[in-house]
Amino acid sequence: MSDDVIWHCIRHNHCSFMAKITTGIFCRNPYNATGICNRSSCPLANSRYATIRDHDGIFYLYMKTAERAHLPNKLWERVKLPRNYEKAMEVINKHLEFWPKLLVHKIKQRLTKMTQYRIRMRKLQLKVREKVMTMPRKETQRHLRRMDKAEKAAQLEKNIESELKERLKKGVYGDIYNYPFKEFDTILEMEKDDVAPTEEEEEEEVEYVEGDDEMDDMEDIEDFGGLPDDDEDDDNDGETDEDDLLDEPVAKKPKGRGSDLRSNIGKKSKKLITEVERDDDMGIRRRTRM
Amino acid sequence: MAKERKRRQPADAPPPGDDDEGRDHRREKKPRKERPDPVLPSQIKNKDKRKEVHAKLKREKKAQKRKLARERGQAAQRAVELGEQPPEKLVPRTIENTREPDETVCRPDDQELFAGNDADEFNAVLKQQTTPKVLITTCRFNSGRGPAFIEELMQVIPNSCYVKRGTYELKKIVEYANNRDFTSLVVVHTNRREPDALLIINLPAGPTAHFKLSKLILRKDIKNHGNPTSHKPELVLNNFTTRLGHRVGRMIQSLFPQEPNFRGRRVVTFHNQRDYIFFRHHRYIFEMKENKIASKDKKAKTSESKSQPEKQVICRLQECGPRFTLKLLTLQHGTFDTKNGEYEWVHKMYHQICCHTKVVIIQLPWDYTSLFLPFSPSKNLSLLAPCSSRLL
Repeated sequence: MSDDVIWHCIRHNHCSFMAKITTGIFCRNPYNATGICNRSSCPLANSRYATIRDHDGIFYLYMKTAERAHLPNKLWERVKLPRNYEKAMEVINKHLEFWPKLLVHKIKQRLTKMTQYRIRMRKLQLKVREKVMTMPRKETQRHLRRMDKAEKAAQLEKNIESELKERLKKGVYGDIYNYPFKEFDTILEMEKDDVAPTEEEEEEEVEYVEGDDEMDDMEDIEDFGGLPDDDEDDDNDGETDEDDLLDEPVAKKPKGRGSDLRSNIGKKSKKLITEVERDDDMGIRRRTRM
Repeated sequence: MAKERKRRQPADAPPPGDDDEGRDHRREKKPRKERPDPVLPSQIKNKDKRKEVHAKLKREKKAQKRKLARERGQAAQRAVELGEQPPEKLVPRTIENTREPDETVCRPDDQELFAGNDADEFNAVLKQQTTPKVLITTCRFNSGRGPAFIEELMQVIPNSCYVKRGTYELKKIVEYANNRDFTSLVVVHTNRREPDALLIINLPAGPTAHFKLSKLILRKDIKNHGNPTSHKPELVLNNFTTRLGHRVGRMIQSLFPQEPNFRGRRVVTFHNQRDYIFFRHHRYIFEMKENKIASKDKKAKTSESKSQPEKQVICRLQECGPRFTLKLLTLQHGTFDTKNGEYEWVHKMYHQICCHTKVVIIQLPWDYTSLFLPFSPSKNLSLLAPCSSRLL
């Protein structure tokens, strides 16, 4: 009689545990065995009720009877369930022997579900998982601001260029930006024979020759980038032979190379002009350039 | 030469100069204020009046500053006309040149440092006993710009290969990489379709560096970008001067081969500034350039039939490949292990805030170019590194 009265009072929106959502009406009471709001599952509207609750991985069978309805703090009797599934089932059968069959069935189902999710929790604990971390906006903004200022202070392009120039001076690229030693020696001998050098003049001339060599080598690399090394060697051999034979064909080749780059056309045109002016100096300059 | 470089570099940055001159102005104005009635704008209750007075004061300060600058310029011009030496340029104060020295700065004559290098985890790779071999992988969720970034990263780092992550744990991946004789493992972490972290694990026995990655710009987004060739790039490491920076620099160096192909004219740069490591990838070319003065000398020399005019070497850069910034978050002993791993260094925000002038932990006063060159202090940078905290 009192169960029916309670149910009629709380059924229509008078229960604080009721949760109505689009998928159905649910119950938030922790003692509810199924989580659904209906007459048979309501722990308030049933004076004789049982459920299973979980405390830190240990399951307890909670039982409520009408004889203790007048003692709220002793209303629920608690029995610890063993960890083993079969033994827990036996305990439930023993304690709920004379209870309604439907209720016993629901409690057994609840035990099955909770056992399974306990096992799953244990497995997940052993797996490696990504850790979710916060990224506060203020920290991010500060980080970006400081990075911008550091980038301005770094002056990356300037530093890289100066670093590469220093390496060039120290001779890290010695093999690439100079002619092979044989030709270099011949050039030095030519200079010695033709002109009586002083120390200063020697230094200046050497610097100039190195510069030209770098330019020529760079052009070669750019033009014949795709060809293998063997071809380059063959080309060099051909050049040396032609040098010995004639002077004029050598003068033509740099024109062809220079046409690829616009900046070089002006420079080489200047050289040609100087060649035309004086006959005696022409021979010397041609040899030095080679 | 060294002194000139020191002066020139700070002079190129006008904002710090402004700050410096501003300070001078403030000092000069104090005696003036004391003589008449000192009117502080903050003491005026009326908002409009206060604003007016403050604006007036600010205008006076600016005028004073401009006046001083003009006087300095005129003095320099007069000195040049009279043939005297111009007065020394004022060096603006920057965070770099006012930083307090850090006790862990590596010195060129430190025997303990060299011994430590020989006993290093990176020694085998850096002495060319082992060829560097890099395995690149991702976190579990890889989408957005992550794959494109990895493609470009594989072009930057020679002898690197990409393996899909799948569902394997990182510890298993480390074992797999050790069995396949990889020397480094790089994990690109992607968050919300944007790569935001880089994990570099040196194999076989660590250490593990965890970087925050930001401001990633891919090759296609760079205007006038170049396309890299397959030559082995040369490496530029700037300002890795403290012990921690030295260690990080060697780790980065162990990713790249020790025999760069200079013919390819390809350079990869890791520049450290105020604890941020800036990555750049360039192709370069050296060119000759004539000076105006040299042209005049050229005419005289040609008439006198003397030697050739002097020419200046210029280096031009073309950027290709990704551009990003790294910041070191943790440096861990051994391979990746978040629970039981021992940390060599962990980034702490509090430490960074309380001593602002000591911010930089990785930056050092001299360039780290141990590629083929002996250790030598850099003439350009007289900066001293800040203090660093370690958990050992």
